[in-house]
Amino acid sequence: MEYVVIIIGSIFVSNIVLAQFLGICPFVGVSGKLSTSVGMGGAVLFVLTLATIVTWVLQYYVLNPFGLSFMQTIVFILVIASLVQMVEIILKKVSPPLYQALGVFLPLITTNCAVLGVAILTIQKEFNLMEGVVYAIANAIGFTLAIVLFAGIREHLDLMEVPKGMKGVPISLVVAGILALAFMGFTGLV
Amino acid sequence: MNQLTNFTKGFIKENPVFVLLLGLCPTLGVTSTAINGLGMGLATTFVLVMSNLVVSIIKSMIPDKVRIPAFIVIIASFVTIVELTMQAYTPALFEALGLFIPLIVVNCIVLGRAEAFASKQSILSSIVDGLGMGLGFAFALTLLGGVRELLGSGNIFGFELLQGDLMLVFVLAPGAFIALGYLIALMNRVAKS
Repeated sequence: MEYVVIIIGSIFVSNIVLAQFLGICPFVGVSGKLSTSVGMGGAVLFVLTLATIVTWVLQYYVLNPFGLSFMQTIVFILVIASLVQMVEIILKKVSPPLYQALGVFLPLITTNCAVLGVAILTIQKEFNLMEGVVYAIANAIGFTLAIVLFAGIREHLDLMEVPKGMKGVPISLVVAGILALAFMGFTGLV
Repeated sequence: MNQLTNFTKGFIKENPVFVLLLGLCPTLGVTSTAINGLGMGLATTFVLVMSNLVVSIIKSMIPDKVRIPAFIVIIASFVTIVELTMQAYTPALFEALGLFIPLIVVNCIVLGRAEAFASKQSILSSIVDGLGMGLGFAFALTLLGGVRELLGSGNIFGFELLQGDLMLVFVLAPGAFIALGYLIALMNRVAKS
């Protein structure tokens, strides 16, 4: 039951992009086409889950016992940066097709604040490892849902006649706002 | 480059938020009030100036291949300093900004300026660039926070200006996107004329 609450809560009620404002850069940057946004979602799912597991283990077995929790920010970002590099190298060797699909998005993920954000939130919410993994996967799904919806709308937006000053980013942000408004309808679901 | 133009470019011409569209997560996340926007902007300015300074000093010592991790360690150290200082001296602001303080590390502006500017320019230019960009970021956040606070709750910096039925949506998440969209459109217009 608890897992269902975490899943529904992170995908719909407090969506990571539309309610918590994490991962806005890729949300605006790579949502021009539907296919690339699906690829980005897949890459985020992969890295987010791995990063949450590794940072959780580090926090509870290294930082806390040695009283180093003030080093959290530095340690987490370094772990995420090296993890992304490692994933890139391993994927290139082990699964070229997957690397082809996710490769271009991987370097972008280091500076995706969704990854660091979820890693820190997992610690702040005092989840155990299993809950943390579920939380990470649910948030990645929430991110993918938001970016795919947004990309679908933007593809149509390109064909519309938009006032000159609002073309491009401004109208996209207003659309994102309306999307966020729609997601507010889920408030109180769990 | 003239130091004055180097300083002022961050405000309008190369404003990190309105023109370069960098650092949008904190821009949208913390600007429910003007004071939160200003606090976030100043915290980022500090990190930006200090990391630009350090990167510029040791730029010749960093091997090219590991420069990005090196920059990240430098930035993360200053973010930790800001985090601990704010927790001690401005606990209310620390609570309000919450998660977005450690997330200054992944703010693209900070790493972007270190990579694009400070790793190539003199120490003085790097400090001026960091200060200009940081204050431009603070300006954008305060402006957005002020607009949202005024439309949503009728206040600016806590002073009451409007009364009656207000558009509460501007304090909530959707209002952040909509207000920023219109502000960018307005800035495009100002920059063109």
